[in-house]
Amino acid sequence: MKLHALQRAVARAVMQPLTRSERMQRKAPGGGRMSAYAARFIKPNDRLTSFERLEIYNRQYWFRVLASLAEDYPGLRAVLGGRRFEAMCKAYLTECPSRSFTLRNLGAQLAAWLRQNARWISDRRVLALDMVRLEWADIEAFDGEAKPALRSEDLREAKPASLQLDIQPYVQLLDLHYPVDDLLLEVKHGDDTPDRASNAVQERRKTQQGPCRGEARGRRNLSGRSSSGFSPSIFAASSRKSSPFSPRCEAERPSSAPSTWLSAKVPSLRPTARLCSTFVSNLGGSRLVLPARGKQAR
Amino acid sequence: MYFGSAEKPDREHLRRLKELVKRTNTPWLSDHLCWGSVDGRYTHDLLPMPYTFEAARLTAQKIREVRDFLEIPIAVENVSSYAEYHVSEMTEWEFLNEVVERADCGILLDVNNIYVSSRNHNFDPLTYIDSVPADRVAQIHIAGHSKFQKYILDTHDHPVIDPVWKLYDRAIQRAGHTATLLEWDDSIPSFQEVHREALKANRFLESKSLAVAV
Repeated sequence: MKLHALQRAVARAVMQPLTRSERMQRKAPGGGRMSAYAARFIKPNDRLTSFERLEIYNRQYWFRVLASLAEDYPGLRAVLGGRRFEAMCKAYLTECPSRSFTLRNLGAQLAAWLRQNARWISDRRVLALDMVRLEWADIEAFDGEAKPALRSEDLREAKPASLQLDIQPYVQLLDLHYPVDDLLLEVKHGDDTPDRASNAVQERRKTQQGPCRGEARGRRNLSGRSSSGFSPSIFAASSRKSSPFSPRCEAERPSSAPSTWLSAKVPSLRPTARLCSTFVSNLGGSRLVLPARGKQAR
Repeated sequence: MYFGSAEKPDREHLRRLKELVKRTNTPWLSDHLCWGSVDGRYTHDLLPMPYTFEAARLTAQKIREVRDFLEIPIAVENVSSYAEYHVSEMTEWEFLNEVVERADCGILLDVNNIYVSSRNHNFDPLTYIDSVPADRVAQIHIAGHSKFQKYILDTHDHPVIDPVWKLYDRAIQRAGHTATLLEWDDSIPSFQEVHREALKANRFLESKSLAVAV
């Protein structure tokens, strides 16, 4: 069997939904017995049949993707209830398997899919759709592109009358019917899971004045806005002095001498250079380039 | 990157990865010697390769393509596996050697994965360690695992067991003083316990340095 054909056959079995008791189905993709299907390409050993060996991967797949959605959508889970949420996730993932290298994007189609498959949210349609949109926007804000945050000192020499500021690209404005952000905070309240944050978010948090939201004409702002006063973090430019990547790179750099192979390939393992970036802000037709992040020569 | 997937590398993904590599001055990059996607669908798992010459050729070709695009050296990491294929034409370590020689790339040697696979597939893990081209080993990984009745699962949630330390000892005896990473992703104990475990690796590394000095 050629590589592509083998991988296709294995993936079909691995991604086939589990039974209600979380075991591999007895029926193979496309019909026939799964035991015969597995035996076509998986070797048995003295402890496990071909079916059982393949089942390890089948279960791992579903446990992983379901856990990922449960982690990303605790609010939707609270709205639907655990059992219906899990059944909905299985149906969603069966129709919309991951098409991204990262689990981060697993729920990218969920809001659209729920609109087309409203039976899963029939009695709480509006609330559920509000929540799933908020939670997806939260994921996008978590590690979306962030331009260097604007510093108040960057404005000193700028002319206020002609000043134009850009909102950070990770900020989204959602038109929602329910205060689902409050609900989500309630759901997450008491969750003692260690905080997980991308580098970008950690950097943003240093400069943010705190989580808050604004409201205007029934609209609720998602993230990054101060309820009062100037919140520079959602505007572009930077107050950062060093790269968020530098410490991590240094920490992961081999602590001992590089191997022969590595020495040959990378003659000198130099300390990581800091990021060097600039932010271009449009100021009344003239372009002002603001140095950011402790610009250094490479 | 799923070097072992039959499909071509995603150019957009590579382009973004290259940007990251440049921004971080990444000196070299590793990924697992496995597959996990087909026809654009991702399993998010490290699925075992069929150990065939066709797979070795295609995998090596993909590694070279990625290396040429990213312009940094690549290393491949052996994975834990729970299944083997009828079509395999060689052992896992022969396959690893075939790939790295064809691709001229490095090896990220995970000795816990060797142990896990050796128990699941009934082979001698020392034979594996002794067959790896030592001069290609760029980094070593150690970890704990979970033992079930009929198989062992690579879970990174326990201390490293003595047989894995013995494999580690053998690996650094062959590869020399090599950067080592202790993996502990779940059921993470106190910092002190993880630190103690990491220091055990230091003891092995130091003993090898002393042996060289003497």
